[in-house]
Amino acid sequence: MNKGKVNISNAEVLEALKDVTDPEIPVLSLVDMKIIRDVKVDKDEVYVTMTPTFAGCPAIYQMKSDIEEKLRELGFEKVHVDLSFKEPWTTDMLDDEARSKLETFGITPPTKHEGDPTSAMHATAICPHCKSEDTTMENPFGPTLCRMIYYCNACNQPFERFKAL
Amino acid sequence: MNKTEAIQTYLLALADDELILGHRDAEWTGHAPLIEEDIAFSNIAQDEIGHAQAWLRIYESLGGKDPDTMGFLRDAAEFTCCHLVQMPKGDWAYTIVRQFFFDAAEKIRLGYLKHSEFDPIRELAAKIYPEEQYHLLHTRGNVERLGDATEESHRRMQRAVDEAFGQALGLFEKIPGEEMLVDENIAPDSKALQTEWLQFVSPVLKRSGLKSPVHETNGTVESDVTPVYGGRQKKHTVHLENLVSDMQKVYRMIPGAKW
Repeated sequence: MNKGKVNISNAEVLEALKDVTDPEIPVLSLVDMKIIRDVKVDKDEVYVTMTPTFAGCPAIYQMKSDIEEKLRELGFEKVHVDLSFKEPWTTDMLDDEARSKLETFGITPPTKHEGDPTSAMHATAICPHCKSEDTTMENPFGPTLCRMIYYCNACNQPFERFKAL
Repeated sequence: MNKTEAIQTYLLALADDELILGHRDAEWTGHAPLIEEDIAFSNIAQDEIGHAQAWLRIYESLGGKDPDTMGFLRDAAEFTCCHLVQMPKGDWAYTIVRQFFFDAAEKIRLGYLKHSEFDPIRELAAKIYPEEQYHLLHTRGNVERLGDATEESHRRMQRAVDEAFGQALGLFEKIPGEEMLVDENIAPDSKALQTEWLQFVSPVLKRSGLKSPVHETNGTVESDVTPVYGGRQKKHTVHLENLVSDMQKVYRMIPGAKW
């Protein structure tokens, strides 16, 4: 018996973490979201660094415990998941695949802003349902910290947009 | 007071303002005049309390107690929040004006802190800064709309400005040990923040049809209003004691309970 030794590489751990989804946006994994920053395997221990999307995101503790559970499933006896604010998370980190998953889910992806999120606050939101640009912001706040509420004047449907950060 | 203690004192003042205002904002959950505002203020409350927790985590990393202990097991007399955030939620006009004054101060303070020489403060300020922009977008828009919407909205907004202005100046009461942090480019000078704040809020009030107590004499920006100080020196209103006892009730009932 080879107790205390898990034969899994950093890359394999990262791959496995693709199964852990954002509890508020279940179509995106924490890897897609770029919430997982770093993975390091050291014998039977694993160190994961994660960063919150919003500083006050209440889902962060759920995410942390979901990650810990996944790591234990992989066979690690000691798991360490740490929060870091180094290089703050921004919505520009979401790649095209993640953006298209968001849109399919019915949330307008955040506008790219190249380091100046305030510039994206007033950008036109395209309706995820009918693709019209004739939309109005109803509320800069929504059902979760990361979403705003819009209304589409073309298809007369409310929709949500991911806040640019 | 050494440098670490000065940083901790500063962090506590930031965290206490956020935690207490967050709690006041949460008092609107289920009670706001419109469902959109109910959602907005519940979100703002969650953000502010989250920010308080994040500042307190830095406090803890410098050898302080953990965020829950600081928030839920500390007596009201040990808090260092300004009086603005302690006041009861009042009417909707007061809530909007108070939050606008606070958001404007946050924009200016965080604008400096995101260049702080102390890494954890710089990193967190950079994270929080854009989040607070959404608060400001919302509250400034509300001030502009309600300031001159109807006779009643104008009257109530003006009353709120008159009431909250001096309290808001208390946001810029010097934090003990601050000079040390200013010298090392860790935190900005409170007086300088106040000047920028006056320059920021005054035009917003004016274009909303509200009287601003700010004037400029020989290039110096000042207000006629007497600042309400005391919060940073742990001299508080009775409202804080009531709020803290309410906020800590459940936690103290079953210490260490897991939810």
